[in-house]
Amino acid sequence: MANMAQAIRLALHYGEENLGVKEIFGEDVGAPLGGVFTATQGLKNAWNSPLDERGIVGAAMGLAWAGSRPVAEIQFVDYIFNVIDLLKLCGNAHWTSAGRYKTPMVIMTPTGSGIHGSVYHSHSFDSIASKIHGMKVVCPSTPLDAYGLMLSSIKDDNPVLFLKPKALLRTKGEELIPGEPADEKELKAAIDAPIGDRSQWKPNWPKVQEYAVPIGKAKISKPGKDATVVTHGRMAPIALEVAKEMLAAQEGDVEVIDMRSLIPYDWNAIRDSIRKTGRVLFLNEDTEISNFGEHLFRRTIDELFYELKTRPRLLCGKATPGISLSPQLEYFTVPQKSDVLRALKEVLSDA
Amino acid sequence: MAKDALAVQGSYEVLGKELLRHIHSLMVGARVLEERLIKMSKSGDGFFWIGGPGEEAFNVPLGLQIKKGNGLEFDYLHLHYRSSAILLAMGAKPIDSIRQMRSVATDPYSKGRNFVNHAAMPEWNVVPMSPTIETQYSTVIGTGIAQARTKTDAISIVNGGDGGTAEGDFHSCLVWSNRPALPLPILIIVVNNGYAISTAESTQHGERQISDWGRVFNMASKTINGNDPVESYLAIKEAMAYCRKERKPYLLEAKTSRLNGHSSSSGANRVLEPDCISLFEEELKKRGLMTPDEISRTWDEALKSIDRDHQQVKSEPFPKPETIWEDVFAEGLPESYPTKGGS
Repeated sequence: MANMAQAIRLALHYGEENLGVKEIFGEDVGAPLGGVFTATQGLKNAWNSPLDERGIVGAAMGLAWAGSRPVAEIQFVDYIFNVIDLLKLCGNAHWTSAGRYKTPMVIMTPTGSGIHGSVYHSHSFDSIASKIHGMKVVCPSTPLDAYGLMLSSIKDDNPVLFLKPKALLRTKGEELIPGEPADEKELKAAIDAPIGDRSQWKPNWPKVQEYAVPIGKAKISKPGKDATVVTHGRMAPIALEVAKEMLAAQEGDVEVIDMRSLIPYDWNAIRDSIRKTGRVLFLNEDTEISNFGEHLFRRTIDELFYELKTRPRLLCGKATPGISLSPQLEYFTVPQKSDVLRALKEVLSDA
Repeated sequence: MAKDALAVQGSYEVLGKELLRHIHSLMVGARVLEERLIKMSKSGDGFFWIGGPGEEAFNVPLGLQIKKGNGLEFDYLHLHYRSSAILLAMGAKPIDSIRQMRSVATDPYSKGRNFVNHAAMPEWNVVPMSPTIETQYSTVIGTGIAQARTKTDAISIVNGGDGGTAEGDFHSCLVWSNRPALPLPILIIVVNNGYAISTAESTQHGERQISDWGRVFNMASKTINGNDPVESYLAIKEAMAYCRKERKPYLLEAKTSRLNGHSSSSGANRVLEPDCISLFEEELKKRGLMTPDEISRTWDEALKSIDRDHQQVKSEPFPKPETIWEDVFAEGLPESYPTKGGS
């Protein structure tokens, strides 16, 4: 099975071959490195830009306005803060131009914690991203979803911020990408660049196929009847694991909604699930205070108050200036599996 | 200097009477428009004003030499809020600026959403203009890349002020357009009016002149008198020819006046600086290219035309509140998008 970095690479390859992607760029995106997480290795249209986030986003905008469908990378989301005004321009260009200019571009960037990345390689940008109205924001939690969301992002006529959960980029999926060889060693030999001299290396791409994950459509990773957990990205597999373990231990049947898209988000899926269970936990790793989950929490209170069996819960990162390097500190700052279990038990045990 | 001055003297003949009179007429049209926009901002017929009185001698010759159209085979324009004369010289309608000033529903550039002088015209590759200072120097990189990859003589043109060159975007533009891996056909223009908003040049810059950045990159560059339409016309022609043929960047600094301050934030009152139109008119009269009567008629006609446009706009409706939801996304708003503004 492909890992998420390979899945993104395969999607970009499909984009080059079938969707008109001619420009894939960013710091270290081209040869020889092919991205710090290897997501752009071997792509024929990948190239190295100057180490300049503003130039990277500005270039993508200009390319989009010139009719290209560029995919640009900010190496870590921690370094995206100095382009927020440009992202705002991405998001508002269609609106401020009276609908005259579309900006079809993808900015992909690794987000979140879980790789002992310390203060500047652990940030979550998800909530801030959701405030850049007019820009779509997606965040997969499985390789297959990453593949399908990338194809949808490339095809979308709006700017899309594609958040790659850092901690999941090396994780393998349970589902094959259409056209992916079943043997993961075969895939690795075909598309992973060798260690050492790569100057003569060329990938041998499998014939991957079209696979769409529509932007704005959540996935029910596990159906359940007793409570709902609404999550995305790195927290999604943790929530799923906890929900499965709880079911096995007869501690409750939790429905897991993997949002996949933050903007626009699938309110209908969230609403229907909460109506069914009457209990909900919003879970993400971004910090408290104007957390995206707080918006969902408020909307739940507004629209579903009389259908709730207990007060909703939010489990998210603690509002510190950064994520610490010490594992003891990081684990205390960002929700861990034990925290998710505790929170779900609490939601379920309320009378 | 003497040689340059002689060249400019002779160049009136090179440009010819018809073109010179056309340039004059467009400069007057642009000035009359901006002065009307200022009046509107002062009389409650609009809100904030920002524009380009004093830049007409540079902007009109620029607008006249654009390879105008849609797509990679035509020039891309990354402009800013002092660029009205460029657009008018290209053929934009003054009434559309008045519409944007009054924030009426018929404002074709932004449906009443943005400040005046913030156009977006895909039919001529004029990309969305933004009040954010200097961001156009970052976005021009993208159209520059697209055109560097295309077999064409079309180029990307970016226009902004001297104050904005302190922003990193200016540096980004210089760095990206001069990479040996992919030089970009970008005409990088800096209109130097000696101010950054309210602050004098001396508090902003240490460069001998802004075009000296060209030396760092071994890039073609020049500083010119942007108050002279003839010198401007020829310098723009030379710079464009270079970018079109060599597929490399050119940094052109034009020194101009700023006749009404930064914006309505400083009152937008006329200040005592050389007026490029008066200076040009003196030359035209001295050379027998226009009579005082003809000049006077040009102003009168421009004024009448603006009056008509303004009256027309006053009869046009303001946007309906719910139009804020139009154009948020290219395909429209998703059905469950929150639209209540809270609880």
